[in-house]
Amino acid sequence: MAIRGNWMYENNGGTCVAIAGADYCVIAADTRLSVGYSIYTRDYSKICKLADKCVMASSGFQGDLKALQKNLAAKHLIYQHQHNKQMSCPAMAQLLSNTLYYKRFFPYYTFNILGGLDSDGKGCVFTYDAVGSYERVGYSAHGTGAGLIIPVLDNQLKSPSPLLLPAKDAVTPLSEMEAVDLVKDVFASATERDIYTGDKVEILVINASGIRQELMELRKD
Amino acid sequence: MFRNQYDTDVTTWSPAGRLFQVEYAMEAVKQGAAAVGLRSTSHVVLATVNKAASDLSSHQRKVFKIDDHIGVAIAGLTADGRVLSRYLRNECINHSFVYESPLPVSRLVVRLADKAQVCTQRSWKRPFGVGLLVAGLDETGAHLYYNCPSGNYFEYQAFAIGSRSQAAKTFMERRFEAFNGYSRDELIKDALFAIKETLQGEKLTSSICTVAVVGIDEPFHMLDQKIIQEVIDSIEIKEDDAAAATAAADQAPMQEEDKSSEAAPMDI
Repeated sequence: MAIRGNWMYENNGGTCVAIAGADYCVIAADTRLSVGYSIYTRDYSKICKLADKCVMASSGFQGDLKALQKNLAAKHLIYQHQHNKQMSCPAMAQLLSNTLYYKRFFPYYTFNILGGLDSDGKGCVFTYDAVGSYERVGYSAHGTGAGLIIPVLDNQLKSPSPLLLPAKDAVTPLSEMEAVDLVKDVFASATERDIYTGDKVEILVINASGIRQELMELRKD
Repeated sequence: MFRNQYDTDVTTWSPAGRLFQVEYAMEAVKQGAAAVGLRSTSHVVLATVNKAASDLSSHQRKVFKIDDHIGVAIAGLTADGRVLSRYLRNECINHSFVYESPLPVSRLVVRLADKAQVCTQRSWKRPFGVGLLVAGLDETGAHLYYNCPSGNYFEYQAFAIGSRSQAAKTFMERRFEAFNGYSRDELIKDALFAIKETLQGEKLTSSICTVAVVGIDEPFHMLDQKIIQEVIDSIEIKEDDAAAATAAADQAPMQEEDKSSEAAPMDI
């Protein structure tokens, strides 16, 4: 198999989405792992629980994602030993940014979204590029299906536009149920047109009572 | 032990083949507040006496969680203990990162012992002044180790270190053969009993002791003060009943302490 260009990396495809609400956060990612035009597995989780109220989903090169998850988990353990408590979501967001920039000249080929509850219990979503530039937003999507999903979220979430200045707090006024239904809809739609998205979507909902997980079947073609 | 011309440096042998600085370090452990450890086939319990420097200050932390499956209790220079705990935590995290599995307890104590040994063979260092009771669970079962400032380590069914630990050791010597069959709660009760022995008459309350447990399906954690107080209260009720039933029964435990000074199975 001829490997041109990014010979150190591989794009395993897939899509991930996160939406922040007033007191919840929804993070979702499909479970298909592909290389080229082949599917390696239909059952691979791109989501990782980093702390009690903080979850990360990423698309890109899954090898780098595994390494990044292990790295953050170890750093979190050290933090817990030193501070006797779990890291908050904004703290984890900064840690992830620093960890990514640390490899500025040989980056983790991962496009990350961090979701969870901040210290006030409000939903928060942080979106990243591959080298750690990040921003707190009300919703985000990354991966091969992102281009099909973001315009729909822009339209349906009824949040203040993230492009406005001054930056407004962009959590969606939708309820938790409505947000989860919307996520299921956008994944179903992206699956129709994006060959790398499909099989199943893993949806995690974080709220005051903890983390709930749901799996929904998607088209397998 | 008295001062002599061979005790200035850790790298100076005495004519009798002793390193006095190392032995002085072990004295520092004997001066620290007591810590005890007990082991059954499925659980290990650590308990310590927490002395506060004064009524105004908080209590010393003597029990540290190293990983989900390992914890340590220290006696001696708590600063040295804190630094060693940080080292042990790092070793566990690094092992888990590379091997995706918990570091076996026996491997951890060897690394700790090797680290202690280095300080007994460098002229610009001093031995660590802290003894550690390492309690952990791994594939091979439940383990309790004692790590010495000398770099030695031993595995125990039950052990006590620190000041007045002989009283606790005596208490446990009478009962240790049954420990393997003990339930988790019986182990905790005996640990508190052992701590009570080291207090020599002082009142045992949950505010001056710390108890921690690790077991199969139970990650290492410290017990809540309330729970400890409940166990202490149940111990006290039993003792009051025993005193009411036969006045002489109270005297027996105190007398046995004097008889036990011959070499006991658990003495180094």
